Amino acid sequence: MDKPVNHKAWFLVLPVLVLVAFSAVIPLMTVVNYSVQDTFGNNVFFWNGLGWFQDLLASERMWNALVRQLIFSGVIIAIEIPLGIFVALNMPKRGVWASVVLVLMSLPLLIPWNVVGTIWQIFGRVDIGLLGYGLDALGIDYNYTQNPIHAWITVVVMDVWHWTSLVALLAYAGLQSIPDAYYQAAKIDQASRWKVFRFIELPKMAGVLMIAVLLRFMDSFMIYTEPFVLTGGGPGNATTFLSIDLVKMALGQFDLGPAAAFSLMYFLVILLISWVFYTVMTNLDKRGG
Amino acid sequence: MAQITLDNLAHSYLPDPKSSDDYALKELNHVWEDGAAYALLGSSGCGKSTLLNIISGLLRPSQGRILFEGQDVTDAPTAERNIAQVFQFPVVYDTMTVRDNLAFPLRNRGRPESYVAERVAEIAAMIGMEHMLDRKARGLTADAKQKISLGRGMVRKDVNALLFDEPLTVIDPHMKWELRTQLKKLHHDFGHTMIYVTHDQTEALTFANKVVVMYDGRVVQIGTPEELFERPEHTFVGYFIGSPGMNLLPAEVAGSEARIPGGTVPLAANYGSPRGRLQLGIRPEHLRLSATEGLPVTIRRIEDVGRHRILRADLAGHDLNIIAPEDQPVAEGANRVVVDPARIGIYADDWRVTAA
Repeated sequence: MDKPVNHKAWFLVLPVLVLVAFSAVIPLMTVVNYSVQDTFGNNVFFWNGLGWFQDLLASERMWNALVRQLIFSGVIIAIEIPLGIFVALNMPKRGVWASVVLVLMSLPLLIPWNVVGTIWQIFGRVDIGLLGYGLDALGIDYNYTQNPIHAWITVVVMDVWHWTSLVALLAYAGLQSIPDAYYQAAKIDQASRWKVFRFIELPKMAGVLMIAVLLRFMDSFMIYTEPFVLTGGGPGNATTFLSIDLVKMALGQFDLGPAAAFSLMYFLVILLISWVFYTVMTNLDKRGG
Repeated sequence: MAQITLDNLAHSYLPDPKSSDDYALKELNHVWEDGAAYALLGSSGCGKSTLLNIISGLLRPSQGRILFEGQDVTDAPTAERNIAQVFQFPVVYDTMTVRDNLAFPLRNRGRPESYVAERVAEIAAMIGMEHMLDRKARGLTADAKQKISLGRGMVRKDVNALLFDEPLTVIDPHMKWELRTQLKKLHHDFGHTMIYVTHDQTEALTFANKVVVMYDGRVVQIGTPEELFERPEHTFVGYFIGSPGMNLLPAEVAGSEARIPGGTVPLAANYGSPRGRLQLGIRPEHLRLSATEGLPVTIRRIEDVGRHRILRADLAGHDLNIIAPEDQPVAEGANRVVVDPARIGIYADDWRVTAA
């Protein structure tokens, strides 16, 4: 069959192309442009080749931020995924309480990032915050502004508080899609509670859990506002994650070239890890199908 | 293996049932004999699955007791009852291989691996899946999955009863016949008490020694396939069993005569004057066309179904189905129908009336 050729069709995709160009491609190219040039001011730029990239790869500061970032994402995923599943398993399946719990669970998700940061910043203060004051009263020398470990724990707990709901809601949706007959058959087969989880619930949740991991990874890898408001990246550089470091470099020091190189590397890392996720996910599907 | 007694059993899905309409399963007393094969027949939503789930312990009845061999198990969990049940839609453990699926119920009971392997091999042969034992169960076709579900149900030898909840719905017709034969053979070999829920009369009549017909949450008749055919106790049984079902005509009964639309027919016995809404039931097989005697009918359509012909006729404004043998041509001018008095059933408010 001959396919009709009609170049007018291009006009139909034009709006999208324009939109994507202005929202993504042109800004990205500007960044690429900065990353290969240097300036001594007065808007005079000259070619610097891959210089910024070489500097960046040799920079201890960037590697430290990257390691911190990877540890942070790993830790919060390792906590939020099992905790979210546990919460989802214990949520009521139907009735009035199911709706009440759903609303309560979605509340943290509706709070803006900077408000979450502010809440925890005050909550953790030793002088007026309930948490900080309480811990202090119990004789624990807690101070997130001075002790790096305390700062880390606070940032992690804050993220868990903010985002476990998302994992729980996704897992809950996965659980709700399991027909009753599966649980009935498991009872008939005398499967233990663990086996019901392992062979019925977990496989049925696998798809949404993959999405949950991907979402939590990408989101935590880009985290900025909450730690910025809570600790400002401190004490010292203890909670300076990639994006905080990047903003310091780009806007604080106005080092546009290094910052542009940094953004591109950042982008490539996210792309790489997302690609790995995608491959693993599609392979899982293929292995099953 | 056990005899299962239902004592005064009823179930409602509502927390506070008031009228009998609130009950999905109306009061029921019945003994399932040890080692018999029963079919539980009825249209969708008549309480068949509810009854099955109560027997297996997935559901607690709102009233009454269940006894296994005389022992009250009403509050015993499913595991203690040691029952196998196969559901309408396939339930397989996706991430396991076919072999592990079949072995699952045995392993959960801590049977030795050598015994498990032996049983799995036997069952796999029975359901014809030996060649795919090492495949993952995910991605198999619906009927392959259902065969695994059936296999899991049959893998335990020592069960008290085997319950099947319309297990062959998703299986293609040829395989259906074969699996049904396998189930009959299994029953013959091991003598498990089997209860087979279905809404397909052929399935019920070929599978079971005894058919339990349910209608609107009530058991309306229990009997052999012949009894159900010859003496339906309820108009639903008459209508549901048989193809086409029993003809039901409004009637007025006086002694041994019944007045139906189109005329009067003699009855084989004296029924007195029964009360209630009266109907005369006669199977299409027991009607005969004639040119000279009987009631006048108009034949609207003749359907040749192979081994016999179904005549769709009109008797004074009421539909009447007549089955005529294949080898006998419908005589020209045959516009009367003769009713065999011995085969007539008289029904008052849908229940069969016995002759006085």
